[in-house]
This record gives sequence, structure tokens and C-alpha cells, in this order.
Amino acid sequence: MNIVNIGINHKTAPVEIREQIAIDTERASRIFAFFKKTSSIRELFLLSTCNRVEIVFTTDSTELSRNAVVSLMCEMGKIPEPDLLPLTYTLQDMDAVRHIFRVASGLDSLVVGEPQILGQIKQAYLVSVQHRATGVILNRLLHRTFHVAKRVRSETGISESAVSISYAAVQLAKKIFHTLEDKSILLIGAGEMAELTARHLMANGIKSLSVANRTFDRALDIARQFGGDAISMEEIGYQLESGVDIVISSTASPGYIITADKVRPCLRKRRNRPLFLIDIAVPRDIDPEVNNISNVYVYDIDDLKGVVQFNMAQRQKEALKAERIVSEETIRFEKWLKTLDIVPTLVSLKQKAEDIVRTELKRSRHALGNLTPEQQASVETLVRSVTEKILNDPFLFLKRQSIRSDITTCLDFTRKLFNLDNEDNGET
Amino acid sequence: MSFILFHMALLCEILASGGFIVYIIKQKKWMFRVSYWLLFAGFVFHTGFLVYRFRILGTAPVLDMRSALSFFSWCVIAVYILFYLKFRMMVLGSFVAPFAAFMMLVSSSIPVKPVHIRPVFKSMWLTIHVSSVFLGIGLFTIACLVSIMYLIQEYHIKKKKYGSFYFSRLPSLATLDEINYCALIYGFPFLTIGIITGCIYAQCAFGTYWQWDPKEVFSLVTWLLYAALLHERLTVGWQGRKAAIMSIICFLVIMISFAGTSLFLGGYHSFSSMNIGRMPE
Repeated sequence: MNIVNIGINHKTAPVEIREQIAIDTERASRIFAFFKKTSSIRELFLLSTCNRVEIVFTTDSTELSRNAVVSLMCEMGKIPEPDLLPLTYTLQDMDAVRHIFRVASGLDSLVVGEPQILGQIKQAYLVSVQHRATGVILNRLLHRTFHVAKRVRSETGISESAVSISYAAVQLAKKIFHTLEDKSILLIGAGEMAELTARHLMANGIKSLSVANRTFDRALDIARQFGGDAISMEEIGYQLESGVDIVISSTASPGYIITADKVRPCLRKRRNRPLFLIDIAVPRDIDPEVNNISNVYVYDIDDLKGVVQFNMAQRQKEALKAERIVSEETIRFEKWLKTLDIVPTLVSLKQKAEDIVRTELKRSRHALGNLTPEQQASVETLVRSVTEKILNDPFLFLKRQSIRSDITTCLDFTRKLFNLDNEDNGET
Repeated sequence: MSFILFHMALLCEILASGGFIVYIIKQKKWMFRVSYWLLFAGFVFHTGFLVYRFRILGTAPVLDMRSALSFFSWCVIAVYILFYLKFRMMVLGSFVAPFAAFMMLVSSSIPVKPVHIRPVFKSMWLTIHVSSVFLGIGLFTIACLVSIMYLIQEYHIKKKKYGSFYFSRLPSLATLDEINYCALIYGFPFLTIGIITGCIYAQCAFGTYWQWDPKEVFSLVTWLLYAALLHERLTVGWQGRKAAIMSIICFLVIMISFAGTSLFLGGYHSFSSMNIGRMPE
């Protein structure tokens, strides 16, 4: 029994191909239908996100099943097989297991440590379960996957820190204000980055926003998008006095719009409430001197980039820890998989012993004469405990050996030794 | 009995401090929980110790440096536990517990001397005076510690040192400032009540409300400083950095008046005079 993973992701294929290959609900039911017809594939799990398609299955004949799956993919995506094949990867057994663990932990993601993927895998697993496509191995594999992802999340800081400029701004704002619920933003000028930052801040609870722009019409326009108020550039000073908490500035102005001399007198009027100024413009809109005023914090684009870079490096460091967890869990899974191989042998060994006990008891009943039920029971217990004691050591031996690579030889030998496959060995 | 209680409290508090320090470095939540409950256990033993001493002495056990420090440590922990219940700020423990444990250590290193309890000490007013002053100081200690945390965090945000040890571990500036304010607003009435009941006690015991003893003078200065800080906060909205620096300065003045006058400047508040009887009768 092999675990096989055929996949295509953002590293191996461009988005045009990924779009064509992506599995929607309708395609998924086609694949599951195909799975039911194909006896060589025992269990199946499908995952399709915008960055990847992963097909995981267990099979006894790897080549056969793999070719069948690939040709189905090509047929559905309308891509000739020779074009698609070099863009996919095929992983087997422990490589496949490790891959799924890494994907779920966000180690294989475009942005390392991004958290959405785990939810997507859970969803995908649910679909596979609904189609009754998973069995002993994949159920165990997926549950271990959730466990690994959870461990990585809680034991490493891989998805803790912000790795985009706008999130970095949100994180800093939270370090200053703690909660953003009752705070207000002033957006000076417009620009994609500034608007994105404002949007993220609003998603974190800020309700009130005003927009100032050189052209008032544009200000009105943006204000409408955010559900805020438009103000003129001359009103900025008044806004600073009256208690705006966060200012995002990104104008094309060549000089400073906000200077220390302008901010300093405002502070007394705003009762020293902290002020967070985010300067996304180049050339800068806010005089760096402003940062020296107490309770006022200025971050320009380079500072924010610095935060992001630092956090990225931090995530890479945490990713190393995460890889260690993944390796640990892969080994653990491998061990489990191997005990699975010895289970049928142990079961038939037990069965054989039980059969012998039963026949021998039947045969001796006559010789033992009339026994009370208690005596009968104790004779049975006696015989059973003798066989159990005898089998105990072989069982322990097999369980110990189960993690070694020569287990198949051991199992084969055990089956021959106890004649578990009912072969005629020529003696009798 | 009191020996066992005292040393159990000391042991728990030292272990808790160690736990809290490991917690701030490793950031493991279970580490915090263990340390918190250790500190709580220490607090329970400590309370037991104080109640026991109170029953034996018949008055608040603060008549020598040893018991005063231990009572001070108890107040700081009490305030911390209350503040934890309100603000849920875990990292504060990493600052408070070592401070409290240090006070206990100093206290335990001072040899036990038999205290001569004169009838004048067995007054309700004295107990109220001492307890409320100490609780006030306990609150101000927290205010001082969060102010130090505030200054560290503010420095890191201002200087853009996002990668530093403290940046991710310390809470937001707003939270620290709020705790500072809360400690101040509750600490000030305690200090005020403490001084007033002290005057009443002085009147009952020595027949005079105020006698310009060094500790009285320092207390008055401290009270005025805190009053100024509170006033500025409430009227012009002093907050953040200035409020933090002011809290630290005020606390230093308290420490000088507490340790300095008790040990060096003399006066009837000093512990030595309590034993040898330089007190006005």
C-alpha cells in the first residue's frame, strides 16, 4: 500500500495553468465518481486552492493509478498530457506525508505561515469524507495533518507577525492604542497603499474616517467609498487639535505637509492624546522632527518596510522550527503506518491460536469426564493463558521490529513459521 | 508557626519570580499559570503569617524594618493580583513578582528582634494608618513598575526597534498608561486616608496632630507631588511619557521617605526609636 500525492502549485506552474486545473465542485464529483470505478485507488483526498491542486490517494499499483489520475486531470483541464506533466510533481509515501504536513502548516505557501490554508484543507477533507473516499490511512493522515498545523501554530511564531506594510501599520497602531474601536483616522491624499492601510485599520474596528485631498472632489469620492467625511487641506490643523488618532499621509506634495511647529501646539488642545502618523508618501509629507514630540509617533514608508523585513526574517527563523516539528510528526506517522502492516499478521496468529484451543478443548471434553461449570471455566482459562504466554514474546518481537526496514522479511518468516497462510509443507 | 508561614511565603514568592522571569523570556502560557498560582500560594501563606502576627502582637506587624518590608511586599502582591483580575496583563507579574520577592528577601535577611509593644501601639488608628499608607504605596509601586514598562516600550516604538526583546513582549502603551492611571487614582485616596488617620493617631497618642518629624515632612511632599500629578492628568490630560516619568519620581521620593527616614534621619517614625523609646509619651 502506497501513499501518492500528485500536485501542482504556485512554484511549479503559472496561474493560467493552475486556473485550468483547479477543481470546482462539479469536477470534484466527477473525480470521485471516477475514483469509485477505479479499483486500484483505495482512498482519495482532493485539495484545490488558488495556489495549488493536490490529489492524495493510496494504492497498491502506483504507476497505474498515477497515469489514470493524470490523464483525467488533462482531460478535464483540456491540456495535452506532455504539457502538464512537467508542471506537476509526484510524491510517494513519506515524501507525500511530509508534503501535506508542510502545506497545512503554511510552510509551502506563497507567504510563509499564512493561516487560511488549514481551513481550506479541513473543508476539502470534509468533502472527501462526504464522498466516502477516505479510509483508515487518509483519515489518520488528515487528522495528523490538523494536529501538525496546530502544533506549528502554537509552538512557533510562524504566523504571528505582520508581513505586509498595511498590516504592519495596524500592528503598530495596536501597540500604541491597544484597541482601535473608538479611534479615528485622517487620510491625507490618496493612493492604493494608503487606502489599503485605511481599510485594514477599519477592519480592525475603526469607525470614523475623514479624507483630505488637494482636489475636494476626489476627497468626496474616497470619503464616500469608506463612509467617511471629506475635509479641505486647510482643516488638517483643526483635525489634529480636535483629536484624530491616526493620520495616513500620501500626497504628491514636494515639501512637508505636517511639521513639528504645526503639531506641537495641537497637543495641549488634544489633551496629550497619542497621535500616530503614517507617512507613505515619497518625498515624505511629515517632517521626521515630529517624531521627537512626546506622545507622537511617526512611521515613514522605510520604517514600515523595516518592520515587514524584520517580520519576514522572523518567519523564516520560525519556519526552521516548524520544519523540525514536521519531520518529527512524519516519523511518527511512518511508525504508525508500519504497525499497520503487522496488524493482519498479529490478528491471524491470534486467530490460529484460538482455533487450536477450541478444537483441543472439544477433543479433551470426553477424557475429562463430568466437570462442574467452574471447573470447565478454569480449564479454559488455563489453556488460554498458556497459549497467550507462548505468543506474547513473538508479538512483542514483531511490534519491536515493526519500525525497522526488514519488517516485511520478519512478517514473511512469521507467517511461514506458524503456517498462517495454510500452506501444505509436505510433512503431513 | 510564624517562622514556617513566613518562609513558605518567601519560598513561593521566589519560585514565582523565577517562573515569571522564565515566562517573559520563553512566552509559554503554562509557565505564567504556574507562576501565578505559586505567587498566589505565597500570598496566602503571607496573609496567614500577617494574621498570626497581628493576633500575637495585637497591632499591625510593622514595628520594625523586617515586618514593615514584609507587609509592603504583601501589599504589592495584593495589588498585583487585583490588577491581574481587572486587566489580565500577564507580563506585569514578571516585574512585580521579582520586586516583591526582593523585598521579602531583604526582610528575611534582617535578624528578628523582640519588639517591645507599648500600649500606645495597640490602637485601631495605628492599624488603619499603617494599612492604608502601605496599600497606597503598594498601588504606587505598581504605577512605578508600569511606568518603567511604559518608558521601555515607548522608547522601542519611537526609535523603531521593532526587533527587540521587549517590543513583542510588553503590552500596548494605552494599556500601560491606563494601569498607571488606575493605580494612581486608587493609590491617592489611600495615601490621603493614611496621612489623616496618622494625624488622628498622633493626636490620640501624643496629643499633637503634626510635629514636623522627617517622615511627616516627606509624606507631605509625596502627597503634594501625587496631587500635582493627578491634577495635571485630570485637567490638562497629562498622559504617556510625562505621567510615567512623574510616577517614577514620586515613587523614588516615597522610597527615600520610607527607607531613608526610618534608617538615617531619625524622628519618632524611625524603627530604632520605637524600640528604645525616644517616642513622645
